[in-house]
Amino acid sequence: MTDTITLAIARYRPEREAEPTFQEYEVPFRQDWAILDALNHVKDQLDGTLSFRWSCRMGVCGSCGMMVNGQPTLTCAAFLPSYLPGPIRVEALRFFPIVRDLVVDITDFMNKLKKVKPWIIREEEKPLSEGEYLQTPNELDRYKHHSMCINCLLCYAACPVIGLEPNFIGPAAIALAQRYNMDSRDQGAAERLSILSGDEGMWQCTFVGECTEVCPKGVDPAGAIQQYKLTGATHWLKSVLLPWASK
Amino acid sequence: MSSQPHYTAYHPKWYRRPVSVWWWLERWPYTKFVLRELTSLPVGYFALLTLWQVRALVEGEAAYNRFLTRLESPAFVMLNIICFAGVLFHAFTWFHLTPKAMVVRIFGKRLPDAFIIFLNYVGWIGLSAVIVLIWMRA
Repeated sequence: MTDTITLAIARYRPEREAEPTFQEYEVPFRQDWAILDALNHVKDQLDGTLSFRWSCRMGVCGSCGMMVNGQPTLTCAAFLPSYLPGPIRVEALRFFPIVRDLVVDITDFMNKLKKVKPWIIREEEKPLSEGEYLQTPNELDRYKHHSMCINCLLCYAACPVIGLEPNFIGPAAIALAQRYNMDSRDQGAAERLSILSGDEGMWQCTFVGECTEVCPKGVDPAGAIQQYKLTGATHWLKSVLLPWASK
Repeated sequence: MSSQPHYTAYHPKWYRRPVSVWWWLERWPYTKFVLRELTSLPVGYFALLTLWQVRALVEGEAAYNRFLTRLESPAFVMLNIICFAGVLFHAFTWFHLTPKAMVVRIFGKRLPDAFIIFLNYVGWIGLSAVIVLIWMRA
């Protein structure tokens, strides 16, 4: 039985390096350790200068996404036994600017997210006295999986279009737009369509499909984008054939 | 360690990893995606070949026989075998992607992905069977 396992961690210290370099750390091998536990062991016991983000340790906060052996991975949900015999290569999320070691800058994503208006839009709010907006289980079922997104950004690190066309709004933001479009309480689909059918929107997606494969929450961004393309195309066709009806 | 620190609190120096032109060879799913896109060329080739065949048919028996003789040349046979493999790859990969774009709901419940993929295969086998039947009767 192995006693230890090696982590090869990409270090980037901008005050001394022009580009990331790998540094190896030997950590105890424990069956119940996730990669995040191993990283915390490095930080606590071996090298306090290592920087990385984490918070909840249970796949909810979405902070600890990193590239593990080249695959975008939530490090709190990836356990050491799956990576025997090692070494395990840990890098910062791909396609994001690296601030330090495993920490990436997500400002660009936050701006993109805001653009798609991921909240319930009503033409007119009904007064409180009329009660809640009711929804049936079937109506909830239509968008529930898209609403599970934790913004861990693994889908952005898996999407080659993000690397090649940095303006692309990207999988999570479009999936979240679709989440609100499919919500029976929402009336903002037309507003979102005008943003998402533009140059930076859904038509940039070439359907590589890897966003859905790496998603730890089953959000299926690839599905959301393709279904949205269908909506966009139908809307365009209607506006050509029945210009008076699409007003 | 470089002698000149080029990072201060007010001028952070982010590292942006360049994307290689060979990005599509880095992982099999990317390669599969590029192959899927490239195999649209064989699909286009067969469409052109069919147009050429129709033209030969319109021009009469002699022209059609010339067309058939040309197709029998080893170069064309090789090209057709390669393109047919490409078309099969194209069709099967798209069959498996259909449920992502097409959500079918019956009585509010979403049909399972495997069922939509299965319908694609049924359609393909059904149409092929009809063509084989017509061909055998002729």
